[in-house]
Amino acid sequence: MERSSTKLQPYRNAKRLNVIRYIFALLISFLYFSKSLALIEVDITRGNLDPLPIAVSPLHVDIKSEGYKDLKIKNLGDNIASIIEKNFKNTGLFNPLKKDAFVQKPDIAHLKPRFEDWRLIKAQALVTGKILIKDNKLKVEFRLWDLTAAQEMTALAFTTTPSNWRRVAHIISDKIYERLTGEEGYFDTRIIYVAESGPKNQRIKKLAIMDQDGSNTKYLTLGNELVLTPRFNPTNQMVTYMSYFRNMPRVYLLDIETGTQEVVGNFPGMTFAPRFSPDGKKIIMSFAKDGNSDIYTMDLDSRIVERITEHSSIDTSPSFSPDGKFIAFNSDRSGLQQIYVMRSDGGNVKRITFGKGIYGTPVWSPRGDLIAFTKMHKGRFYIGVMRTDGTGERLLTENYYQEAPSWSPNGRVLVFYRETKAGDRGEGFSAKLWSIDITGYNERRLSTKTDASDPSWSSLLSK
Amino acid sequence: MILNKNLKNVLLVIFTTLVLSACSTAKKSADIEGDVYTGKETVEYLASGVPDRVFFATNKSSLTTASRATLRKQATFLRKNKNLNVTIEGHADERGTREYNLALGERRANAARDYLMTYGISGKRISVISYGKEKPVNPKSSPLSWSQNRRSVTVKVN
Repeated sequence: MERSSTKLQPYRNAKRLNVIRYIFALLISFLYFSKSLALIEVDITRGNLDPLPIAVSPLHVDIKSEGYKDLKIKNLGDNIASIIEKNFKNTGLFNPLKKDAFVQKPDIAHLKPRFEDWRLIKAQALVTGKILIKDNKLKVEFRLWDLTAAQEMTALAFTTTPSNWRRVAHIISDKIYERLTGEEGYFDTRIIYVAESGPKNQRIKKLAIMDQDGSNTKYLTLGNELVLTPRFNPTNQMVTYMSYFRNMPRVYLLDIETGTQEVVGNFPGMTFAPRFSPDGKKIIMSFAKDGNSDIYTMDLDSRIVERITEHSSIDTSPSFSPDGKFIAFNSDRSGLQQIYVMRSDGGNVKRITFGKGIYGTPVWSPRGDLIAFTKMHKGRFYIGVMRTDGTGERLLTENYYQEAPSWSPNGRVLVFYRETKAGDRGEGFSAKLWSIDITGYNERRLSTKTDASDPSWSSLLSK
Repeated sequence: MILNKNLKNVLLVIFTTLVLSACSTAKKSADIEGDVYTGKETVEYLASGVPDRVFFATNKSSLTTASRATLRKQATFLRKNKNLNVTIEGHADERGTREYNLALGERRANAARDYLMTYGISGKRISVISYGKEKPVNPKSSPLSWSQNRRSVTVKVN
């Protein structure tokens, strides 16, 4: 996306705004220090939070705007505001207020809100904005107001092609989230996943990609062969995944823009469970030989293959730490599936899970502080997080079947997939994407056009 | 008196439960032994009397006595049909993580392959492929169907 940002002239001295920051600091520290919760407790305490009331005024459409293709400019201000509202609502941290209560017209509010009027409807923050389409360019500006302190908190303007209007809404959402929480947002992102259809024992699987909010779904494969476990590279242009093309299960590399794809490496057997290294230069994966799976890396430039583990047990699901120094992986060398951490050269292997049950799919947080995992215990499946030495295990959600967590780029939210029980002929079976905050709150289903599994969250697209 | 009546009811409930559970375990044990499927419901045949598949316990890839007997029949069949090549497909049930199950299916297929090789079948004639949990033979979510899905299947390729 082509875009230029300039700071708007601030309406007044944009001082640091303390009330909202203070509320969020409180909120966040409360979330972080709240104890680890099993699902039942989560259910009870969920909704105890006090989401911040925020008013998102429809963006004012400048009357000088010109037509652009089939874009309905009249509705664009409303549509952008709706996307921002939906993003906020989905975080569970904000409560976007209903528009019928709004007290000022969008253009006037954007110039200078009457703070006391907005406070009357119990809003604590207000988002206003203006859009103009001219010479086939979309110019957007927005302001975030602290209503309690009666001040502008942040303001930004940028220009892009009008067809990018949805991304504009997500970028604005990110900027506001960032300003209010002090953390990076995750709205201008995509999720790649496996779209599923057909009966359970004859599933058709395709690679699919969508915006984080479920719009703009595109299919990247046709469904002729089984595809599994797609994962983004750090710049989100490449995807590594597993395919049964020609009935040879191998790890592939796909360029999303050009559509070109190739087999990764020249292995004489199944390769699977691929992921990129944090610098994007290597793919780490499992290679199965004579029934034994070990972990390998391949450098994408030099094509040099390195063997990382050498053990007669199953070693799979490798995931690099964000600094590239360590690898978390899944092994049954102790008898059953457990999570291990080793140096990225394969040295100093340490088992980190000792809790009840068995553990799989370790994924290192982009912040580096936590490892997300799937736990299986007494026929139930859990998504959880633990510190990278295995201490501080917290189970976030329990269900009949769920696995494969993937982190939001800011390390606050996990997306995973969940399957339901099937009846005699497979009826009642479904696979859906869900997300949950690492606090254990705000569990929700992501909308997908079809059944879905194996999600992988991109990094911020406009970083 | 009332106490007595209550006690009677309780005993009756316990008794019925015992009978019912005895029934259900009796039914189960006909098809599953120590977590391994022993029935014939999903089995196909490479030739008369030569079953095409063997079954495994949860998370295991070791061969049971019955599995070894089946594989010996397959070995005899393959010795008689010298030009026949096979692929052994390894499978897992749906109650495990996808990536681990791919590895597990591979290990099960190789357990069957290794056994055929000890009975004189050349490794060159046997390829393996793991489908993990991707191709269940029985789509139901129940211990019985899971046991039918934990399998390695020998398939003729020519």
